[in-house]
Amino acid sequence: MAFVAPKESYSGKVSEVTIGTDKTISFGGENVLPFQSFEGTVPHRPVIAYEIQDVPPGDWPETVKSVYEAVSSDPVSWAKFCEDKLNAKAIALRLIGTHPDRENRSAEDAKRVVRDVLSAIKVPLIILGSNHVEKDSEVLVAVAEAAKDKNCIIGKAQEGNYKTITAAAMAHNHKLIAMSELDINLSKQLNILITQMGFPKERLITDPMCSALGYGIEYTYSVMERIRLAALTQNDAVMQPPMLGDVGTYVWKVKETQASENELPHWGSLKERSITWEAVTAAAMLIAGAELLIMRHPEAVQVVERFVDELMQ
Amino acid sequence: MALTGVEIFKLLPKTNCKKCGHPTCLAFAMKLAQRQASLDQCPDVSDEAKRILGEASAPPIRPVSFGTGDRTLKMGEEMVLFRHEKKFVNPTVFAVEIKDTEADEKINSIVEDVLSSEIDRVGQKLRVDAILINNVSEDVSRFETVIKTVSSKAANVPLIISTTSPTVAEAALKLVASWRPILYGANKDNAEQMANLAKTYKVPLGVKAEGLEALSSLTEKIKSLGVEELVIDSGAIKAKDIIEHNTLIRRAALKKNFKPLGYPVINFCEREDKVLEALIASLGIMKYSSIVVLSSVEKWKNLSLFTLRQNIYTDPQVPMQVEQKIYRIGEPKPDSPLLITTNFSLTYFIVSGEIENSKVPSRLAVMDCEGLSVLTAWAAGKFTAAKIAQFIKESGIENEISHKELIIPGYVAILSGAIEEKLPGWKVTVGPREANGIPAFLRQRMS
Repeated sequence: MAFVAPKESYSGKVSEVTIGTDKTISFGGENVLPFQSFEGTVPHRPVIAYEIQDVPPGDWPETVKSVYEAVSSDPVSWAKFCEDKLNAKAIALRLIGTHPDRENRSAEDAKRVVRDVLSAIKVPLIILGSNHVEKDSEVLVAVAEAAKDKNCIIGKAQEGNYKTITAAAMAHNHKLIAMSELDINLSKQLNILITQMGFPKERLITDPMCSALGYGIEYTYSVMERIRLAALTQNDAVMQPPMLGDVGTYVWKVKETQASENELPHWGSLKERSITWEAVTAAAMLIAGAELLIMRHPEAVQVVERFVDELMQ
Repeated sequence: MALTGVEIFKLLPKTNCKKCGHPTCLAFAMKLAQRQASLDQCPDVSDEAKRILGEASAPPIRPVSFGTGDRTLKMGEEMVLFRHEKKFVNPTVFAVEIKDTEADEKINSIVEDVLSSEIDRVGQKLRVDAILINNVSEDVSRFETVIKTVSSKAANVPLIISTTSPTVAEAALKLVASWRPILYGANKDNAEQMANLAKTYKVPLGVKAEGLEALSSLTEKIKSLGVEELVIDSGAIKAKDIIEHNTLIRRAALKKNFKPLGYPVINFCEREDKVLEALIASLGIMKYSSIVVLSSVEKWKNLSLFTLRQNIYTDPQVPMQVEQKIYRIGEPKPDSPLLITTNFSLTYFIVSGEIENSKVPSRLAVMDCEGLSVLTAWAAGKFTAAKIAQFIKESGIENEISHKELIIPGYVAILSGAIEEKLPGWKVTVGPREANGIPAFLRQRMS
């Protein structure tokens, strides 16, 4: 019995998204399952953005907080550090300080931070709210305007606030992240609602909600696989935006990235353990279909880049 | 790919003799196709038909196992390409490589690492499963010494014997064949001798060839020599090749019923950088490796790999559960807060994680709701006032704490009155709806 490679060809294709103005970067555009270039084309590497915040990362665990100790009191120097020293290809600014339970900073404050960061960096910027449905719809509308025509990604639009955020992203020429909670149907529904407002599907990015390794990653993994299969095999246009894995924020709050080796000797060294936790979570998201990742620890980012090198070449 | 009823019918005697208990041969064929009848019910079936039908009804990926007793490792039998379709069956085996050129001290320390690798996660015992001993020295007596050392220290840890020399292989098998190691392996140059050894010593055989075409011809040849318990290696080392080969192997086996590749796959994931090695092994876990071979088994690396394997191999239809009990978070005192939630593992992980983040030592009562989340369990009548009251009473927690206050999830605020009625003397406090509100909630109580 001679072997004939059982290759597949798909009718659909993931949309290709380009972000930034000074330095641009593109992701998506493949017409095959993740990294299966043996039966189609994978035009771009996934993009990994470094996560920074508008306020110092007091709540980040030591292993990752210490990396940014010298720069993290100021978002501009933090962003510059990522671009210049870590060779970040993109930066994700999370406006966590605007959350009412945190510093409750105003939309005006957020606008200023966004303007300052944008004028300091050349790489593309992703602007994230604090994940507070009401506050985000105020803050993200303001920052979308402040970043007008800079071709950023704005997010995240959710069921409860997508109308205002979508309108702002549309008016100021940004890409938009649509997030729903771990359900392929909710994800599809939100994409439909957003595109029905006239927002082009080619400018959308789907966030089916990330989870950390050990904390429900199998749900995210399977939802992503199913979204991607729908995009490719059923040529379902609303399922074709590239996907985001918002890895760092989920990973750096679980016990495995915080507990010391003294406390849990059978878990081994905290530093390697926590970096590996972020890297493995990221790798799982990539294999499931994410084209855009947001991560925190430079060593985790670097090893995931090398993993991608091996998958692409 | 099973045969259809009509295809099976063509192989039957077509006498309609009814001896099988079915009115016609066609009816019997239909039952066979649905696997509701067995071929031995037909007394007149030809040997040729038996062979063809037997082959067609065999699982597309052959079950292969190695090791003995309760450490037996099962592989193969997978039925799907994507885990949402159906549970992945036999979890990836983690094997660490020991080169016989290593110093004894290093060898001993790897064996120690394997023996102490076991951890418990969500009620499952997870560990490094197997040791691959590689005859890098090409010296028989050194290989024998190392095998003896490893097998005396790590009695009952399943082994993979790695050599391409039939002479060395036989010497090794004489020592440990009764443990059912995998003999790895056969290649195009030694296939006949290795197949004979595998037959004589009744062990599974690892088969390696460069590329899927060469691998298919080699497994066919070995099968024709009478060895069918095989583990296959396509020579893929780079991540790009692993994902390509493993995907094509699984597709060929499942969708084309292509028998020459219907075996468990072994992948060598070793890298200089141990974090990168963890990522390559992760790729193996997600993309169809039955065995991933590692160069080292540090505890921090094991934890990630064990966890990923557990996550990927869970049944997508059955929620993961944690044990019903009152968990202590931090170092709770008698007056520390007591919270309650359900035993869906994700709920437990998120809630306990947020309590930990709050740095407020607490007790978390986790109630058996068959692995449902709070709202679902409430809707299904498993997280009710009566059941919560009964659980709290029977837990004996009243003797352990100095207060009688129970914090319930905000989503079931509606239950607070009913619980107070059923738990006389207790005060029920409504906590936040989402777990991420817990740190602020607990801290604000402290101030």
